Amino acid sequence: MLKDENNEWINVNNEVNDNKEIYNKAKNRVPKVLLSASNISISFSQYSKGLKKIVLNVVENLDLSVHEGEIVAILGSSGSGKSLLAHAILGILPGNSVLKGEMEYNGQILDQKLKEELRGNEIALIPQSVDFLDPLMKIGDQIIGDIEDEKEKEEKRKEMIKVFKNYDLREDTAYLYPFQLSGGMARKVLFSIALINNPSLIIADEPTPGLDEKSLNETLNYLKIMANEGKGIVLITHDIHAAVSVANKIAIFYSGYLIELNETKNFNKNGDKLLHPYTKALYKSLPQNGFQLFEGSQPMNIEIENQCVYYDRCNQSIKECKYSNPELTEIGNGMKVRCHRLDNTYLNNK
Amino acid sequence: MAKLKADKISFKYSGNNKLILKDLSISLKDNQVKGLVGESGSGKSTICKILAAYEDNFQGKIQVDGLSTNSKFNPIQLIFQHPEKTMNPKWKMKQSLEESWSADNDILEKFGIKESWLNRWPNELSGGELQRFSIIRALNPKTRFIIADEITTGLDAVTQVQIWQLLLSIAKERKMGILVVSHDKPLINEICDEVVYLNDINNV
Repeated sequence: MLKDENNEWINVNNEVNDNKEIYNKAKNRVPKVLLSASNISISFSQYSKGLKKIVLNVVENLDLSVHEGEIVAILGSSGSGKSLLAHAILGILPGNSVLKGEMEYNGQILDQKLKEELRGNEIALIPQSVDFLDPLMKIGDQIIGDIEDEKEKEEKRKEMIKVFKNYDLREDTAYLYPFQLSGGMARKVLFSIALINNPSLIIADEPTPGLDEKSLNETLNYLKIMANEGKGIVLITHDIHAAVSVANKIAIFYSGYLIELNETKNFNKNGDKLLHPYTKALYKSLPQNGFQLFEGSQPMNIEIENQCVYYDRCNQSIKECKYSNPELTEIGNGMKVRCHRLDNTYLNNK
Repeated sequence: MAKLKADKISFKYSGNNKLILKDLSISLKDNQVKGLVGESGSGKSTICKILAAYEDNFQGKIQVDGLSTNSKFNPIQLIFQHPEKTMNPKWKMKQSLEESWSADNDILEKFGIKESWLNRWPNELSGGELQRFSIIRALNPKTRFIIADEITTGLDAVTQVQIWQLLLSIAKERKMGILVVSHDKPLINEICDEVVYLNDINNV
């Protein structure tokens, strides 16, 4: 299945290649860093019994960057903090949260004010499902948004029709309500909303679960096309298969920590170029890669006390793992891993 | 040998003239793991609901061992994709479980459920943990067939293996039959003995 998909995208690339001028331009351009996040931590303060305040750390010490034309997949199971990162980028974290660290967008420091300015325009979100739309508002109105100026509105409308055409949506889709959309149309509408203002950075939050093979390939193909147009894409997913099919690099989240950043091409064969034991487990437990059983479950960030996040489940832990949480270490080529057994996991496979 | 047989099932939703299922026949034997595959909208979830008696306004008949299934407890149990939607948010996990049967410690342990979880509310558990509960809930001793409608779709690969290996081993132990609905072809190939393809309307 993978191979077919790749072939399909090679075709997409060829189309771009046909236009030599564009291709050469793209080739000579050094991809610009769109978004860089460093040392990001997210915590929530909660009141437990009475007035006792507790602080829950949910994402810690995260570093990540996205270039133009690049798809970065963030892979992790539910509760690993991957959606929170998306919310942090968009500036829509809930009120009781504290965000620390630095984020830059296009060289500018991305603070709350800039986030509010950019979201919906420069930075767009593709949400998980049509449930994120207003059920009482027609699709067209939701896509165009609240614009008072008639002339501007008309322009937006034209823009919308253009986007609809790209996705084979009929013009009169604009007059439907969300509940009247079929699953496939709904997905196209969500993509249209994200693309209407021609954003440079797109955050796709779990766009694929529960899709049949045809719709899955279609959705992934849309993302691939956007990346070919030079947009940067953050694909948040728990579907390794989807991540491997389209992403340039894959970041693995576990209990709020980035535990590995690896190139997509290393997710192949028996996975021995993968770095972290959890990533290996994730890969080997896929039905097509052996369906191997690994015990245990992801601990909550709060349950970890000064030990490796994966210590309880790891089958190759050493003494150190019990007493300190390893740092995220760069091992070249932009690959990073958070493991005390760096020497064993990486060098042995080299 | 127990056998579940659905014969010539036709179905449309009320207020809508479009037939979702037309003369669909499907069978499941005990000890059998059968995959059901098809595009979105081909009626997979609908046939699941009909088999488990969530919909009764259909044509055709459903029989277990040649008898229709109108006993108080349905031997055909359905497990859904979204466990969080199937739990009563106002009930603690214990109560949700006991509604079906009082599961013994043995099975709870097998599924790695800690005793403290029983006193939690559904929103205090992760998707994988909730799905374990909804599977145990379906594993009443009287259950003979399990209909698994995308039960691991929202879960990571490691949890997926954990859940399937458990369910398959218990099914084997109890000689149950399982109907597996999923879009994940590699998964279907891995766990099923036989696969049925459901086309849009004129099926199988």
